[in-house]
Amino acid sequence: MPIDWFPLWLSLRVAFVSTAIAFGVGLWLAYILANWEFRGKEVLDAAVTLPLVLPPTVLGYYLLVLLAGNSPLGKLWESVFGSPLVFTWKAAVVAALLHSLPLLVKSARAALESVDRSLERAARNLGASEWRLFWRVTLPLARRSILAAVALAFARSLGDFGVTLMVAGNVPGRTQTVAVAIYDAVESGNTALARTLVLVISAVALLILTLANRLNPRFR
Amino acid sequence: MISARLRRTFPARPDSAPFSLELEFQAAAGVTVLFGPSGSGKTLTLDLIAGFERPDDGRILLDDEILFDGAAAVCLAPQSRNCGYVFQDYALFPHMTLRQNLEFAAERRPRLERHRRVNEMLEKFRLGDAAGRRPHEVSGGQRQRCSIARALIGAPKLLLFDEPAQGLDAPLRAEFYEVLRQVRADFKTPMLLVTHDLDECFELGEEMLVLREGRLVQSGAPRAILDQPANADVARLLGVFNLIPAEIRALDPGRNSSKVQMGEHELEGPYFPGHLKGDRVTVCVRPEQLTALARNGRPGPNQIPAQLERAVEKPQWMRLEFAGGISVDLARPDYERVRDTKDWLIEFPRESLRVL
Repeated sequence: MPIDWFPLWLSLRVAFVSTAIAFGVGLWLAYILANWEFRGKEVLDAAVTLPLVLPPTVLGYYLLVLLAGNSPLGKLWESVFGSPLVFTWKAAVVAALLHSLPLLVKSARAALESVDRSLERAARNLGASEWRLFWRVTLPLARRSILAAVALAFARSLGDFGVTLMVAGNVPGRTQTVAVAIYDAVESGNTALARTLVLVISAVALLILTLANRLNPRFR
Repeated sequence: MISARLRRTFPARPDSAPFSLELEFQAAAGVTVLFGPSGSGKTLTLDLIAGFERPDDGRILLDDEILFDGAAAVCLAPQSRNCGYVFQDYALFPHMTLRQNLEFAAERRPRLERHRRVNEMLEKFRLGDAAGRRPHEVSGGQRQRCSIARALIGAPKLLLFDEPAQGLDAPLRAEFYEVLRQVRADFKTPMLLVTHDLDECFELGEEMLVLREGRLVQSGAPRAILDQPANADVARLLGVFNLIPAEIRALDPGRNSSKVQMGEHELEGPYFPGHLKGDRVTVCVRPEQLTALARNGRPGPNQIPAQLERAVEKPQWMRLEFAGGISVDLARPDYERVRDTKDWLIEFPRESLRVL
């Protein structure tokens, strides 16, 4: 029986999109946490980290309440894009984002904070705006650690099961990611398919994590 | 011309004692040295002027521009202060070549002028050969010159140096002094230099501000401060001094003379303005102003017998440490002449006597 590779492609696509969003939003959040002083800063950090520790069912429940067709956000999405968000592959992206964003913010904040403060002072002293300081000094110096964080976030995006199942469902050929497809295959006794997908997704994750380790200056 | 009145307090923390800085000073063109022990607030003073730290109160005026005014709530960003800062570890951007480091600093200038200015600085600071290399690929001297060139390229109105020669070996230190003297001659800006090295104060400083625990304890030309320290604390900061308790027995302004009782001995000194007969004072003499000689009969005037405890080898001289905590520095040839002496006399030259 030929193997249906759709779940693998879908998982990779979901991971790409969620990592791209996590990179944009996460870097911005990390910059704020690393540079600004404001009340509730550590509360914001904790809120961003929360999805790492909550059970997937809790997260799935939140997302369903927030994004379902009859919720304000769900209605907004439908009026902008013309179709509901939940039980589509885009909902799987949101589910993956819940896991990749905290990882990215945490590691990017640490990476930005590890840049020598005297270099940032030097840049300001030489008249560089905060914007130029970030793009020309801080980011290039933190580049390797941030790329490692991106790789880690990508690997984590591949692996979500519970939240995806709750908000994107298990529609073969439409919302079925690798993790969900494996569950499905095991349940229906298709051990050959389960074994193949398990090995492939493990290999992909191993590859990405190795890459992340090589990027991270601490492991060099 | 920079004039600053600064106040900044830090409350006690689990890992640090409370600290408060309260300082007022002015500095004109030339090198003004901020001298003091670690933790006296020297670097904090530079950081407050550069805008990296914010004073609680005070006023910083550079030429006729207000950089900070607590009362009027004016506080310019570090970007707009136009103060060149040479950091202790140079803080060159490690991912840029030396040329790019300079270009980064010149970026607000028009493109053509920027290029010309960078080349001019590379040449002036003998960095032409190393321009294409990154900081970790060039010598310590080149890194140092590059950091000074980078601080100067924006034509700052004030130059700040944070312990620039700290941890340098002797040849590099000498080279740095040379570069700095050149900079002092070429750029007519005030330069504030933080150090806790006394040699550096004399080598470079025209003016000297002595800081201790966040307060200015004395200011003036280095030579004048060394000649007449304001108090025993300053004297100790300036190196090993002979600080001996004594009592003033006689003062004669007419003959410019005084008599000072030190233990069982009476010494003659110059007139001490501002003191009264009977004052308990501290006699303060630098070791190199004293002479040690072999006893030969009765001690002459201003000579007191002393017991030698040990002789310490120094690069250019010998330091003789006598009982009672008196040290005498002798040049090597002078020491060779008296080295076998058993019975010592210390002579206090009349004019070298100072009291605090």
